[in-house]
Amino acid sequence: MLSKKQARAFFLGGTLVTFLIFIGLTIFSFTKENDQTNHENLSAEAIRGKEIWETNNCMGCHTLLGEGAYYAPELTKVIDRLDIRYDGNGKEVIKSILMSPAPWQPNGRKMVAYGMTEQEASDVVAFFEWIGKIDLNGFDRVISPLAKEKMNK
Amino acid sequence: MKYKSQKVAYWFFALSMLLLVLQIIYGFVMGFARIGFDNLHEFIPFNTARAVHTNLLVVWLLSGFMGAAYYIIPEEAQRELVNVKLAYVQLISLALVGVAAVVGFHFNMWEGRKFLEIPRPLDYLVVVNVLLFLGLILTTLFKGKRQTTTALVLSMGLLFAALLYLPGMLPFDSQVTDSFFRWWVVHLWVEGVWELIMGGILSFLLIKLTGVDREVIEKWLYVIVGLTFLSGVLGTGHHYYYIGVNKIWLIVGGIFSALEPLAFLAMALFAVNMYRKGEKKHPNKLALYWTLGAAIVSFVGAGLLGFAHTLPQTNLYTHGTLVTGMHAHLAFWGAYGMIVLAIISYSLPNMTGRKLYDSARGRMAFWLANVGMVGMTVAFGVAGVAQVYLERKFKMDFMLVQKEIAIHFVVLVLCASIFATGIILYIIDFYKHGKPSDEALKINE
Repeated sequence: MLSKKQARAFFLGGTLVTFLIFIGLTIFSFTKENDQTNHENLSAEAIRGKEIWETNNCMGCHTLLGEGAYYAPELTKVIDRLDIRYDGNGKEVIKSILMSPAPWQPNGRKMVAYGMTEQEASDVVAFFEWIGKIDLNGFDRVISPLAKEKMNK
Repeated sequence: MKYKSQKVAYWFFALSMLLLVLQIIYGFVMGFARIGFDNLHEFIPFNTARAVHTNLLVVWLLSGFMGAAYYIIPEEAQRELVNVKLAYVQLISLALVGVAAVVGFHFNMWEGRKFLEIPRPLDYLVVVNVLLFLGLILTTLFKGKRQTTTALVLSMGLLFAALLYLPGMLPFDSQVTDSFFRWWVVHLWVEGVWELIMGGILSFLLIKLTGVDREVIEKWLYVIVGLTFLSGVLGTGHHYYYIGVNKIWLIVGGIFSALEPLAFLAMALFAVNMYRKGEKKHPNKLALYWTLGAAIVSFVGAGLLGFAHTLPQTNLYTHGTLVTGMHAHLAFWGAYGMIVLAIISYSLPNMTGRKLYDSARGRMAFWLANVGMVGMTVAFGVAGVAQVYLERKFKMDFMLVQKEIAIHFVVLVLCASIFATGIILYIIDFYKHGKPSDEALKINE
């Protein structure tokens, strides 16, 4: 029968081993040959866009990379989707929503009116452009079937 | 209660109850907004309500864990808390940081990172607050007459929870890296070190309520927390499937996430078996309800529903949908909400001297809260699965799908009302116990 000492050894040993593997896999994921985060294309505009994304808690309604609040649309492939719907004017549509002084209300669900400047809106668009080019192990095709159809044409 | 200083726990529990009520109110704001009644949008837009709801959850649970530690550690270490005044300072500062964060969320002051929305300056105050708490607890433990496994596991959980807050404060330019390390905090808290805290509290309660030998209970405690880490640490991988990191996580996360229910199953079996084995029948039936309930509901919510959602092939479609909300509600409720309510139910009569052990109101609170929460989970589940099929299989537009599934949020709000009624009854029971008193020291447990 298992003794208390053996049970403790199982706990401490198991924790140590799995944590070391976890650290190893983290390093592995971010080595140059295995990295798929699209880090090399990160521009100053996209970084500013990320700051705007965070300071306004956009994730409190939207999702990005599938993470957020499921109250407003997923924005990972938003430019592709809106390009199809608005004849290639996706970026302009996003900018006009962000710069609008009145709340955007698609189907009655309200978004906060941020009234951003042209520069701020462009930065957010640059952030979405960068996000849209990340390899998401197939999830990008699930959330953007329209974009996939476009790619296949 | 054996030591006067254990009374400080009462005030942490009272703060916990207050924050729980606020959390529920903001939950209703979100529920109504999803049905179409977002009349409060000007003052409480959805992203504010959401940040308040999730952050209050973290703070009420933390306040409950801290209260549990202030109650359990002196009793386990067999000595008074080293400094009671500082414990009250810590309580007040925790409440102030919580209030400042919640008020700030209404004025667009936040970091906007899911679950870690608290603005950076307040992060530093959280660190100071937690350091003070840990200082008091660990000094009491190591100056005490004995260091039991229960106390060590509980303290270890609290210490690691504090250390794991730090990766969330690292700044990253890339959304992917940011998210990767944010999960070090969030996942390794809720599917790692918080389970140590839960295990420690559960072990303490089972020792007190069943009378089973401490050595037996603590041996199984080690096995359970061992299983938790063995599966939970690499199980972090299920958050990395589709956020822009290497495919290796699909394999590692898939395998170890599938093992995660084992720890919860072990915990449920452990609690039920100890109860059956126990010869002592403690009169505090309500504490027993909540203790066994926590072990069983956490297996269903965190274990089974988590497993259903984290298989890579399923998660490809359910990632970023309301299915997550289904799993999260029952998991947090079962694993952490109920264990906090269990330690409160156990300790309150001991701190106040009023033995309201088995009131009809208390039993009603237990059943209404649980039935309500199960109903909410089902409503989230149906809405989530419908969303997955309509939006991701049949390619319908996001907002059109939201309109289709709005009816499930009517059900959600109704079930939330049942849940809230249960919580109100629990709080009435809490209030009826009166204030903690030194007279209670004479009570023979």
